[in-house]
Amino acid sequence: MNTFDAPTIEYFTVSPILIVLGVATLGVLIEAFVPRGRRYLVQVVLSLVGLLAAIVTTVIVFNRLNPGAKTPKGGKVVAMGALAADGPALFCWLLILVLAVLSVLLFAERHLEGGVTSFAGQAAALPGTEAEREASTKGLEHTEVFPLLMFAVAGMLMFPAAIVLLAVCVALEVLSLPLYLLCGLARRRRLLSQEAAMKYFLLGAFSSGFFVYGIALVYGYSGSMEFAEIAEAVSAQTGSEGLLLGGIALMAVGLLFKVGAVPFHNWTPDVYQGAPTAVTAFMAASTKVAAFGALLRLFYVAFGANRTEWLPMIWIVAILTMVVGSVLALTQTDIKRLLAYSSIAHAGFILTGFLGIRSLNVVPGGSLTGISAVLFYLTTYAFTTIAAFALVTVVRDGGGEATSLARWQGLGKESPLVAGLFAFLLLAMAGIPLTSGFTGKWAVFAAALSAGAWPVVIVAVLASAVAAYFYVKVIVLMFFSEPIGEGPSVTNPSVLTGSVIAVGVAATLLLGIVPGSLIDLLGRVGVFIR
Amino acid sequence: MTLTWYLVLAAILFTIGAVGVLVRRNAIVVFMCVELMLNSVNLTLVTFARAHGTVDGQIMAFFVMVVAAAEVVVGLAIIMSIYRTRRSASVDDANLLKY
Repeated sequence: MNTFDAPTIEYFTVSPILIVLGVATLGVLIEAFVPRGRRYLVQVVLSLVGLLAAIVTTVIVFNRLNPGAKTPKGGKVVAMGALAADGPALFCWLLILVLAVLSVLLFAERHLEGGVTSFAGQAAALPGTEAEREASTKGLEHTEVFPLLMFAVAGMLMFPAAIVLLAVCVALEVLSLPLYLLCGLARRRRLLSQEAAMKYFLLGAFSSGFFVYGIALVYGYSGSMEFAEIAEAVSAQTGSEGLLLGGIALMAVGLLFKVGAVPFHNWTPDVYQGAPTAVTAFMAASTKVAAFGALLRLFYVAFGANRTEWLPMIWIVAILTMVVGSVLALTQTDIKRLLAYSSIAHAGFILTGFLGIRSLNVVPGGSLTGISAVLFYLTTYAFTTIAAFALVTVVRDGGGEATSLARWQGLGKESPLVAGLFAFLLLAMAGIPLTSGFTGKWAVFAAALSAGAWPVVIVAVLASAVAAYFYVKVIVLMFFSEPIGEGPSVTNPSVLTGSVIAVGVAATLLLGIVPGSLIDLLGRVGVFIR
Repeated sequence: MTLTWYLVLAAILFTIGAVGVLVRRNAIVVFMCVELMLNSVNLTLVTFARAHGTVDGQIMAFFVMVVAAAEVVVGLAIIMSIYRTRRSASVDDANLLKY
């Protein structure tokens, strides 16, 4: 007879994920049992408390990894070999959780829409009908967005830590499905929002189809779902090469879609424009962290042994992503689309850092590895972009957010503070010294150069120059153009959005001036374990 | 009969699904084509599980089914809301977001 062996799970080590999932489930119950009037407050407080608890446990777990402190952190395989709690994974957790706190604050903003959140009052009510007007006059709002956010965060936490293909696949879906729904829940411009949700959903499902077929082929090649055993099979070169290469390519499609790399970038501008801006901010910042974490782990750990086979593919994708993102951004007339193309270009810069893969024994002590360079860039970019989208929410006219670039003309006269902060964030994205964008770019370029990817770095520098042009164009437009008509107006946000902007700008400035402490931390993050 | 034929069949089904996603216009049909891709993946997974003599692939197939079911829930909700708004489920009609 078979006996049942209870699985051993290191509950404390995985507690950040469990807390977030628990809070999400509790949030669903709150929707069912708490009276409508009190749900907003309960959901917001519960989400924030849950995320802060998860942050605290992550920090404790991180400090316990290796008490020696100065040496690179180790790590351990937990949950019956499904997840790896190592330095890079815990760093991603911390970053994602902090970004999630900021996103909850953005989601909870009620001041801008005059007392309700920026999500649809009743998503089931058709746009332009009596039912929608009724929902609007009653002041209804969907507080389900908070549990959805928490589910997405749980998926994002699992994604970069998963070391079994099964867990990777489940994490990918857990992070994607709530995001599809969140994209369709805007209060204003609902047709655009629904369309964005459908495009994101259909293309996302299409790409995850490729991803799981890739998993099937890699499983067929190696006979195992575990990264460590796949790595062994890859270095022993057992089985048919075609299966492996096909599997790698198909899995890359799924992951590169999530990070918005060319040629899988087409959804990005549409979804970023149509989704509620708070959701866009969350997606742009956190999804990139989770997806790049997973991409790095999969390719470095599982497929690291035959990197000569797939590195050329990443070279080409990185070059295309930077060039297409920067060039297409030149022609944009909508600020959210412009930031979307800029995020595509940034995905290319991060991929450049990804090319810094080297065997550990050739990395001189103290220099940034590909992993830490990418994590550094992700940190700088995430805070800059979340603050930029938060600023987009406060520039408004009668129809809600004024996202058209023409409406941003002369913003510097209307509100020097908003225009000044936005200009600063754009300079950071362009990579001007004394901002975090410069140190981030320097880190990924240095990592790529030391691994011999100099042609990509040259393209990256040229693409940065092109990108700087359109960022400066927006700054000139804000400060040196006359406003059209009444010009844009800036609605004063509540302390929620205000603090997101403050944190984002402060991180952008501090990481630009004194990046040392973060670089030290990343130096101790160490490598992926198997 | 060798296991290769099952893999070939799965690859053909996957290709039909992928081409269907690209050429069909109705969101529901596009979505069904995605489901066809996922099911061809299941066939591949169980074939490899048989070839390797391990159950990992079969377990994965179950999870792919769960994922597909969850996608149906989310996807049909989105497509329904689009259809009720526009009286059309054509992916070509949803063209407000461009350039």
